[in-house]
Amino acid sequence: MQSDNRPLSPHLQIYKPQWTWVPSIMFRFSGGAITVGSLLLIYWLIALASGPEAYATAQSVFGSIIGRIILFGFTWALMYHLLGGIRHLVWDAGKGFVVPTAEFWAKVVVFGSIVLTVLVWIAAYALRGAA
Amino acid sequence: MNLRTPLARARGLGSAKDGVGHWLAERVSAAALVPLVIWFVIGLIMHAGADYEAVKAWIGHPVNAVLMILLLGAMFHHAQLGMQVIYEDYIHTEWLKVGSIYATRFAAYLLAVAGSFAVLKVAFGG
Repeated sequence: MQSDNRPLSPHLQIYKPQWTWVPSIMFRFSGGAITVGSLLLIYWLIALASGPEAYATAQSVFGSIIGRIILFGFTWALMYHLLGGIRHLVWDAGKGFVVPTAEFWAKVVVFGSIVLTVLVWIAAYALRGAA
Repeated sequence: MNLRTPLARARGLGSAKDGVGHWLAERVSAAALVPLVIWFVIGLIMHAGADYEAVKAWIGHPVNAVLMILLLGAMFHHAQLGMQVIYEDYIHTEWLKVGSIYATRFAAYLLAVAGSFAVLKVAFGG
């Protein structure tokens, strides 16, 4: 179809950042990030199935500084997409479309995902000491 | 000059009639993923710093192995559906769009099956 030279509506960089659309594009971006990050999950499972040596290698990869930074980012993307996804399911039920309500829950998702991410890592480190 | 009627030209150019199925599958897999992701993240927290044998015992336990395979299935199905929507929104070259959708779909099912096989291997002590 004629899709090459059609005029397109103004894109993201044109608009002032707002609590409606910024969390929306972040939701899409986090989904893409998790899709790419899922490769790490499969690597981890295959390493576990391959034996102690392969699993030790995986542990050193994930335990490195870069590995931890990536896993921290992965955790945030997952928490953000989880909370944002629940918000989308509420929208699908036809609720929460009034702008002040939408903006309130957008903030809950953004800040809640950061809080959850930090809590997950604090809990993991606390239990690591106990184990 | 076109001798076809306007109706004949318009026929077949509308919706593909399968959008609702895609939309619903995205939501149903999302709903399934909420408890599965929470279960997995709690499990990971509980096994932070655990050694190979402990993690193997966790994933290899029948209940956990089943949940893990369900997580992989729902996750990669959902990922593939979501990526399709992203490609459809941003890629305006037909062959590249369709190619990206199917390449992602193949990759998603490959990863889901590879991951599930790994879980089964751990569970059956191979």
